[in-house]
Amino acid sequence: MYTPHTDEDIRRMLARIGAGSLDDLYGKAVPADVLTRAPFENVPAAHDVVSLLVHMRELAGKNVASCSKRCFTGGGAYRHLVHPAVDQMLTRSEFLTAYTPYQAEVSQGTLQAIFEFQTIVAGLMGTEVANASMYDGASSAAEGALMARRVTRRSRVLVSEALHPEYAQVIRTYMSGLAAPGVSELSVIPYRRAKGDTDPDALGDRLGADVAAVVVGYPNVFGVVEDIRALARAAHEAGAMLVTATAEPVALGILESPTALGADIATAEGQPLGLPVSFGGPGVGLFGCRMADARHMPGRLVGQTVDTAGKTGYVLTLAMREQHIRRERATSNICTNQGLCALAVTVHLSLLGPEGLREQAVLSAQRCHEAAERVGKVAGFELAFGAPFFNEVVVRSKKVPVVDLLDRLVDRGLMAGPALGRWYPDMADAFVLATTELTREADVDMLVRALGEVSR
Amino acid sequence: MSDRNADGVVRHVSFDEPVVFERGAPGRRGVRIVPRGTKLADPARWFGEGMLRQEPPVLPEVSEAEAVRHFVRLSGWNFSIDQGFYPLGSCTMKYNPKVNEAAARLDGFAELHPMSPTQGIQGALELMWRLERALSDICGFDAFTLQPSAGAQGELTALMMIRAHHVAGGNPRSKVLVPDTAHGTNPASAALNGYRAVAVKSSEQGTLRAEDVAKVMDEEVAAVMITNPNTLGLFEREIRDVARVVHEKGGLVFGDGANLNALMGRVRPGEIGVDVMQLNLHKSFSTPHGGGGPGCGPVGCVARLAPYLPVPRVVRDDAGSFRLEDKMPATIGRVRSFYGNFGVMVRAYAYILAVGREGLKDVSGLAVLNANYLAALIDGLFFRPYDATCMHEFVLTDKNLKKDTGVQTMDVAKRLLDLGFHPPTVYFPLVVHGALMIEPTETETPDTIEAFAEALRRIVAEAGEDPAKLFDAPRSTRLGRLDDTLAARTPVLTWKPGGGR
Repeated sequence: MYTPHTDEDIRRMLARIGAGSLDDLYGKAVPADVLTRAPFENVPAAHDVVSLLVHMRELAGKNVASCSKRCFTGGGAYRHLVHPAVDQMLTRSEFLTAYTPYQAEVSQGTLQAIFEFQTIVAGLMGTEVANASMYDGASSAAEGALMARRVTRRSRVLVSEALHPEYAQVIRTYMSGLAAPGVSELSVIPYRRAKGDTDPDALGDRLGADVAAVVVGYPNVFGVVEDIRALARAAHEAGAMLVTATAEPVALGILESPTALGADIATAEGQPLGLPVSFGGPGVGLFGCRMADARHMPGRLVGQTVDTAGKTGYVLTLAMREQHIRRERATSNICTNQGLCALAVTVHLSLLGPEGLREQAVLSAQRCHEAAERVGKVAGFELAFGAPFFNEVVVRSKKVPVVDLLDRLVDRGLMAGPALGRWYPDMADAFVLATTELTREADVDMLVRALGEVSR
Repeated sequence: MSDRNADGVVRHVSFDEPVVFERGAPGRRGVRIVPRGTKLADPARWFGEGMLRQEPPVLPEVSEAEAVRHFVRLSGWNFSIDQGFYPLGSCTMKYNPKVNEAAARLDGFAELHPMSPTQGIQGALELMWRLERALSDICGFDAFTLQPSAGAQGELTALMMIRAHHVAGGNPRSKVLVPDTAHGTNPASAALNGYRAVAVKSSEQGTLRAEDVAKVMDEEVAAVMITNPNTLGLFEREIRDVARVVHEKGGLVFGDGANLNALMGRVRPGEIGVDVMQLNLHKSFSTPHGGGGPGCGPVGCVARLAPYLPVPRVVRDDAGSFRLEDKMPATIGRVRSFYGNFGVMVRAYAYILAVGREGLKDVSGLAVLNANYLAALIDGLFFRPYDATCMHEFVLTDKNLKKDTGVQTMDVAKRLLDLGFHPPTVYFPLVVHGALMIEPTETETPDTIEAFAEALRRIVAEAGEDPAKLFDAPRSTRLGRLDDTLAARTPVLTWKPGGGR
């Protein structure tokens, strides 16, 4: 129980108010005919703290934690280092149990940390400005597409087939209410079957005067590093904006920033930068763009200012874009975002620094290239694509059905996937292998051995 | 109750601390990650020349100790619910139980990969299924999704479902009715669905009248959006009649569940005409706000709207095993990747276990008790535009104070900081000029509420005797009032080497 009232407290307080009982007081606030008689059978009975923990451990024990296996699972969530110092900062009550920083004088900790976060995100993505965070990578990408529609005053959004399919689905959902029923303002640009990257010719064919945005993964869902420069050039020639969506931002430790390659809006999922996979959430959406477009940007922004004595401080700013001021004319309805997760990214990248991030990126890619080379030589397996990849690679299983294969790997102490058949019917024989700096050489040895045994 | 100087003003300990980029030195490291014996490859082996990063990103170069000291110092500049009373109306700053934090950090939850095979995620799906069932029971609904990441995304989801329902009926309709007491997210969410928000004025009693709704209700209205209790802390007494008026014309009733904490165990929205509603697990179900998220905004609905819920849905097979189902033909689709903010769901579920079905009525009853007790203690001190018995929160204004002393709501708010309290929500709801919206929550003791009432008394006295104390407030915080105009006029949104504007 988390209420402190003793019976005596309640008696004394009711007397002061002039009510006979809690039910009597409540009855003054609501009409009698709305009170429920439900028995609340599907709400568990109250648990003491020990039973509660036992029950939670039992449920947790029915899951197979990625740390209990050699984990090669990717597909939009990545198991990277989460330094203990990160979580210890997050559990500081002053960060954990504060609200959105409305009263700036007593929220400077959160505000300055967000200002640092915006700086880090902008630097990583090469954008002039970044916001205080979005919900996740997928909704970030969707908000990027909507923002491009506002900036260009055009309606159509082209989505690469090789963009993470869940991101594409979210973009579709976010756009569904903005066109007449039965009309879709979203088109899919196919990927090249041999290379695994967005087909530039198909893109050229679909671009036109109605296109607001082209959304591509960088790297894409196959781990392939797209030629952003060429895609951006094509989009710009048609007057459209290029929106990148990065599900694995560790890649930006070595790969050129999306903006340097021509992206107009850069979005990403920040989970790999200091957060556990946590069954897919909470992560944190990263969002950056040009300063000139900032007034079209969704989400909160922290800006630097001074106090009455001229000391530097921080406040929420440019709020006239936001829902609580502009209401129906707001750029987005987002208010609560992923504040604490943004702090995690800030602490994590402070600990890593530019050199640590570079090493993490190289190691993540290096293990994947080692694994790919060796797995490609195991009988019954081949690599699906020929284009450059970062830390994720698509493998085809020619002998064993993929779902069986992934289950059998678990029995051997390994995890991999996802099976790509869940998203691409023509890839029923394909699955993903992902590596990070947590992948050890011995893990790759074990994977190669297990694949050989399973497919024999 | 707090550390005060001779003038009775609290003392805040704090250190000056620059942005993290101004700490450290080039080449300094916080963590080493390359295993001994591993030689790093040259990435040029894998990527063509133009693909590699020319400039390393600007990141801090600090030791672990420097980083930790930096963030601990920053944390010291925050006010948090763990430190003191935080009566932010409609935001529900109740205590965040620590056992929930421990539960969310169990390896089986925190380290669970969302792309794991189905047999390896049975515990997570069971937790989600149980949480959905408990929320359905608490709200009187038939189905729930846990996918939306926060209340505003839940709202958006609910409106998409409403739209899908009308599209299936042949006309998506073009308007939604939004009372003038609504949260700003309501009209914004409506616009994101292509709906025009039509404002409905609330009555002199501060609530929505069915007859006023009837005047603007027609076959182009997709839904009415009702926050109940509303943002004045008043229960919408005509909710059943409003629902009837809306339903008769084929419209739906959306409930904004931001204030569900006042209803739990006593009133079920699904029983009084609400068709679909979003919750805020970080409000009613005590998960920490984290300085602005992560939240979780589940959406519950009546059976006829369930086909439109986002996918994937959690399904329990006859054999008792769980799986994710994404083949729902009428679904609106997904609103985010994976399954939602799972870590927040774990905390909310743990909270429900601790409170239990027996405790739900205490949560709402004691929230209402605390609010009315505070209102009684400061009766007459401020102008109170709607003087009825309130629910979990109530609204005061600076009307009389301003007339008599020139002191305004913002001055009261800032002076409260000097006296060791977080201010209430200010200047909201918009229908009340100079509003102070106060929500004590049920986790506060009567002693705390009495101390807060005393602080408000003192402020009103100071406003008469020495208003400069209020105009200059806060004086105990590290920084004085901040210049919002400067921040907006010449925005500095990122740090640049050398700093400055």
